[in-house]
Amino acid sequence: MKRVVITGMGIYSCIGKNLEEVANSLYNGKSGIGIDENRYEYGYRSPLTGILERPKLKGVLDRRMRTGLAEEAEYAYMATKAALDHANIDMDFLENNEVGIFYGNDSSAKAVIEAHAAAAAKKDTMMMGSGAIFQSMNSTITMNLTVIFKLRGINMTISAACASGSHSLGLGYLFIKNGWQKTVICGGGQETNTFSMGSFDALNAFSINTKDPTKASKPFDKNRDGLVPSGGAATLILEDYDHAIARGANIIAEVTGYGFSSNGGHISQPNDDGSYIAMQRALVDAGLNPTEIDYISAHATSTPLGDMYEAMAINKLFGNNTVPVSSTKSMTGHECWMAGASEIIYSILMMQNSFIAPNINFDTPDEYSAKLNIINKTKEQKINTFLSNSFGFGGTNSAIVVKKLE
Amino acid sequence: MNREEIVKITNEFLVEEIEIEPELLNEEASLKHDLGIDSLDFVDIVVIVERKFGFKIKAEEMTGVDTLGAFYDYIEKMVNSKNSDA
Repeated sequence: MKRVVITGMGIYSCIGKNLEEVANSLYNGKSGIGIDENRYEYGYRSPLTGILERPKLKGVLDRRMRTGLAEEAEYAYMATKAALDHANIDMDFLENNEVGIFYGNDSSAKAVIEAHAAAAAKKDTMMMGSGAIFQSMNSTITMNLTVIFKLRGINMTISAACASGSHSLGLGYLFIKNGWQKTVICGGGQETNTFSMGSFDALNAFSINTKDPTKASKPFDKNRDGLVPSGGAATLILEDYDHAIARGANIIAEVTGYGFSSNGGHISQPNDDGSYIAMQRALVDAGLNPTEIDYISAHATSTPLGDMYEAMAINKLFGNNTVPVSSTKSMTGHECWMAGASEIIYSILMMQNSFIAPNINFDTPDEYSAKLNIINKTKEQKINTFLSNSFGFGGTNSAIVVKKLE
Repeated sequence: MNREEIVKITNEFLVEEIEIEPELLNEEASLKHDLGIDSLDFVDIVVIVERKFGFKIKAEEMTGVDTLGAFYDYIEKMVNSKNSDA
């Protein structure tokens, strides 16, 4: 089996548009949450969201390349270009090496709704324009990035709800570990437009704590009242260790474990068994005992049930209130299809800079979170190995173990 | 609408929305070979022409419309026939 390393990272998020900005936000506990007034007008119960502007790509990519990019694909382009640059991979390399892509995405609502409106207005599908089909499909990110970056390896989108980004890394890891690919672009992208989250808002799942938007996302806190949707994109370059060494790449970290499971239960309510199995499987794959994990990046989204079941599962597997835990969603909001990838980057930035980012707004534990070692103030601490959790609708679970290279 | 206005509006959207270099625009330019307009660009041009001139291009009417000059002629004919219908 091959060793799998990370050689590049790129991020476009509401807490920063490059690694340095994001590391500073994480260290300082800075929230990226605000209010989108348009959501009230549309009929949302909650106007809270991660605040993120769309990148300006005119002059960067030609028209044909831009036409098929949905909002989340624009974010993914920015993150992926940055990650490839970070990995010292240029177009010459991409044209001469077989590079693959697994990318998490599970909606493209704005593209679908706007295309429908354009056709309905004139009763003519041609009025959707040429980009509608390429923007409307869940695979908008992978289909566009493979063309832009001339990729010739494995090429597919992973749609696994809020675990999409994490599973994309897990699958990239498996493809390299088994020797099927040398280099795979992995990540997750998430649209943030008004259309994207209406159906989720309809479930009363979002916080309505609008008095101070930066305090709305309160994972694990007793007084949490729901999640805050957010988005952007995060990309990691996964590479065969020997391949990375041979080309003189800068190795950032090693992926050593991937665990997955499905709850076989309720469509929206999680449970503790499935997440426990995914975490345990990731540890077994990495050949680690629970005591060897220095930090857990929790999935915790700030919903009452989700956080409770994750706290129960972490407590069952790790026990003894020792492993530091935090949810960066307290700052970023829930980056949904992107979260499993972005949160790996957040944890690597902590690992590189020897700190644990705070679970901000965690003031009062409930009976379940009281049993965990939740870090609510930035803590200077060395991290050699971390576990990152992602869980999604339908009960899909993913856990990834990453460690410093030995 | 006279031909001069049609040429101006058409050239403007070809430059600004289809992003064709302005120096390439002349009556003899081949839509496909000189301006690089492909089948996907054509769909977008149909949408823009509907917005700018108020009629829908039908692919079958474009047979033989190979140059930019012939395209101006086609738009002029369609705009004027629409006006005379009215």
